[in-house]
Amino acid sequence: MAMNLHLLVLVPVLTALAILFFKELKTVRAIALAGTALQLLLGFVLLAAFCAERAAGNTAPMLFYSSYEWFTPLGIAYTTGIDGIALSMILLSALVVLSGVLVSWKMEKLSREFFFLLLLLSAGAYGFFISLDLFTLFFFLELAVIPKFLLIGVWGSGRKEYSAMKLALMLMAGSAFVFLGLLGMYFNSQDANGLHTFDLTALSAQPLPLSAQLLFFPLTFIGFGIFGALFPFHTWVPDGHSSAPTAASMFLAGISMKLGGYGCLRVATYLMPEAAQVYAPYIVLLATIAILYGAFATMMQSDLKYINAYSSVSHCGFVLLGIGMLNETAITGAVMQMISHGLMTALFFAAIGMIYDRTHTRQLAQLGGLLKVMPFISSIFVIAGLCSLGLPGFSGFVAEMTVFMGSWQHSGNFYRLATIASCASIVVTAVYILRAAGKAIMGPVADAEHLQLGDATWNEKTAAVLLLSGIVVIGIAPFWLNDLLQPGVRGLMANIGRTLIP
Amino acid sequence: MMLTEFLQSLKHELLLCIVLFSILILKIRDEGRGQHSWALIVHVLLALNFIAGFFWNGSGDLFNGMFKVNDLILLEKNILNLGLLLVSLQAHPWIRTHRHLPEFYMLMVSTLIGMFFMISSGHLLLFYIGLELSTIPMAALANFNLNKSSSSEAGMKMIMSSAFSSALLLMGISLLYGSCGSLSFSSISATLSGTPLQVFAFVLLFTGFAFKLSAVPFHFWTADVYEGSPVPVAAYLSVVSKAAVAFVFVTVLYQVFTSMAATWYALLALVSVLTILIGNLFALRQQNMKRFLAFSSIAQVGFILIGITSGSQEGEASVVYFLLIYLFSNLGAFGVVNLVSSVSGRENINDYKGFYKSNPALSWILTLSLFSLAGVPPTAGFFGKLFLLTAGASTGNYLLIGIAAVNMVISMYYYLRIVKAIFMDENEFPVPAIRTGLVPGLAMLICLLGILFTGFSGQLYQYIHSLSSGI
Repeated sequence: MAMNLHLLVLVPVLTALAILFFKELKTVRAIALAGTALQLLLGFVLLAAFCAERAAGNTAPMLFYSSYEWFTPLGIAYTTGIDGIALSMILLSALVVLSGVLVSWKMEKLSREFFFLLLLLSAGAYGFFISLDLFTLFFFLELAVIPKFLLIGVWGSGRKEYSAMKLALMLMAGSAFVFLGLLGMYFNSQDANGLHTFDLTALSAQPLPLSAQLLFFPLTFIGFGIFGALFPFHTWVPDGHSSAPTAASMFLAGISMKLGGYGCLRVATYLMPEAAQVYAPYIVLLATIAILYGAFATMMQSDLKYINAYSSVSHCGFVLLGIGMLNETAITGAVMQMISHGLMTALFFAAIGMIYDRTHTRQLAQLGGLLKVMPFISSIFVIAGLCSLGLPGFSGFVAEMTVFMGSWQHSGNFYRLATIASCASIVVTAVYILRAAGKAIMGPVADAEHLQLGDATWNEKTAAVLLLSGIVVIGIAPFWLNDLLQPGVRGLMANIGRTLIP
Repeated sequence: MMLTEFLQSLKHELLLCIVLFSILILKIRDEGRGQHSWALIVHVLLALNFIAGFFWNGSGDLFNGMFKVNDLILLEKNILNLGLLLVSLQAHPWIRTHRHLPEFYMLMVSTLIGMFFMISSGHLLLFYIGLELSTIPMAALANFNLNKSSSSEAGMKMIMSSAFSSALLLMGISLLYGSCGSLSFSSISATLSGTPLQVFAFVLLFTGFAFKLSAVPFHFWTADVYEGSPVPVAAYLSVVSKAAVAFVFVTVLYQVFTSMAATWYALLALVSVLTILIGNLFALRQQNMKRFLAFSSIAQVGFILIGITSGSQEGEASVVYFLLIYLFSNLGAFGVVNLVSSVSGRENINDYKGFYKSNPALSWILTLSLFSLAGVPPTAGFFGKLFLLTAGASTGNYLLIGIAAVNMVISMYYYLRIVKAIFMDENEFPVPAIRTGLVPGLAMLICLLGILFTGFSGQLYQYIHSLSSGI
């Protein structure tokens, strides 16, 4: 069964363009919903086709491969293809974007522009995950930056202009580093005709010289790391997330930070494995610091969005930790953690957004007893929290457990220590999650006016159920996800593992 | 036979002369024609001139190699023709009420004739004549806001600084003549060996180019002249005149100073970094939109110079490709500034606060133009700028590219500052809703289409690449 991957980019772009022709919120949101629902459907069709291909014995590393020449003199082509890792990222994006549209159902202010930018962002993310050419990959990566500036600056809250500018500049700096790294790889490469190439497959087939790797790996990794909240370049995360409107927060934490993790894995580590091995201790060190620092910083927060933003720094640290360990289990765990965190944090932000829409506050001190007032929203808030602290039965447990198992396989004392320290952070996570849930959800109602408020509406419930089902399915049947990811991770390991000293 | 060849090779220049003289004759026989119809006649003439640029082209040498035409030069001339047409359309709301309308266009066209001769020159004398023909009327154009003293100041500054740079250029040319015994490009490149005298001559020549390109440290005139000149003239200066000099600069470096590549590489790398850095740092602090665009265009020149450093076929192709994209982006930005300035007389960045509420369409055009200047996808500027950096990186000087990449982030800040003013800031007295007329609207539309589509066109890049040549 042939699948056209270009639809994944075309559908959001066409939806976005269609939105431009209408002004009414009702029409606009209906189009956005139709487009994103179609995209999710497409994602599932793709999943079915993908599984059918694999079941039929197709062992090619990338399925649905296609390549079109674009800027031929520069060796740039529009090359697309997916493996299980990319596919699961696409499904994650489709779920998050659809729920993002659903929770923005009452976006009265400039609704046309809002949904347009949201869909443009999602097109960037899909394009990024299907690209097998580093130039197009970079194109889509940058495409997913600037709409965020407008989304936060125009529709955000709090210090929105400051946050928008900080986020845009830091992410642009990240992409500047990435671009340097890509150029370095490009000029050290040769394709079949002796020309330089941006093609990921061609680049992976021939190892770059070690001297080039040592120079360009850190650039690429730090560049993508800025997207993925690598310590100490995580500072855009709290400000950006907390100022953004709900749907943009969901997108930022759910998808955008995954672009970074995915890039660190697929581009930096996969293409420059020797350098990855040299720099692995530093990656692990920074990831551990991010995990611990993020967790402790979260304890000090009193704003719900800041709590989730700092906890995202901590959770994304697990992704980088898994990548830094450079073995199959840990990398599988890292990918699982990306998906799990994407779903969980999107759900968390959705719940926080719903609470904020009703109570107009995100301060823990002003919230309390919400379970009596809005049982549905409170329940998803608690569930997202429990998933975040790694309760078995939810995806967070599966992902973090896999990362720890993989990390422990790495036998160096330093790596063991890092693993233990990261494990310990779970306790801190439990403290801040339970404290936040206890204060806001349980206990007496803090404000008598809150008693007048209503529970979630149908659209909010749908959004929550969509994300929740993803979390629960992965939590209960992790082997499905594992089977999907395994060939992809093995493919990466073929390159990464090649250089590992036994 | 000979005549046909002659006419074909000189076609672009002859067409412009016809336009020039048509305006002149119409002016002499002016029988109370309204200003409006005057402007329309000129637009139509220029549009016909642009279209005719694509047909009946020849190539070859004239006057013993003094004048050369090839496909790349034809393409460059067509790009400049398009630039003049767009500026002319954009100038419509301002020039319509000006009492010297025909003179304005005659001066414009004569500068373009100068640029065409400059691009086509195969001899330093013809090059110099073309350069002067393009510069002197420009000073008169800068002075065209007749009742504003800052405009005559701009004209004065322009003529003084260009006279100074021409003097340096002539000094360089004469030293070259003394050293090489000829002024034709082919014999200079054959006899050039990089003696100290020749290096000195080259530095003087380089200074002349740097003045016209407004590269640091010869950029001081730029902001003042842009600020004082009428907006369309500033747009013309920043795009068309700069593009023409950049085109010929590439030819001179790649084909004449081939044997001195190591010398000019070092000089160019240094000047490009300084240009980007200083352009950026000054652009950060500007309050006036025209001054802001002046410094941003200085920074853009630095990026062009980085592309030139590569000395490769990709380098030349990327420069031409970038300049085409830059033409659309910068004219898009200037077009909006021009409309706002001619309708409300306001030119400050603060005046653009809340612009989106009153003028959504113009806001998007300005925003996309700025994004294209900043190099943000999906606008064309992204491709243009990254190809320049890619070409520049081919020499293996990653430090240079790294500095340029960091500067792209700095430039992002000041472009986003304007986007922030447009979309996010509140304003008690925003610019009122502007009714874009048909003529400037058409120019804006062409710029918008250019910004959105030229970048994606792999064929266009390939075409330019096939015409280009490296050292």
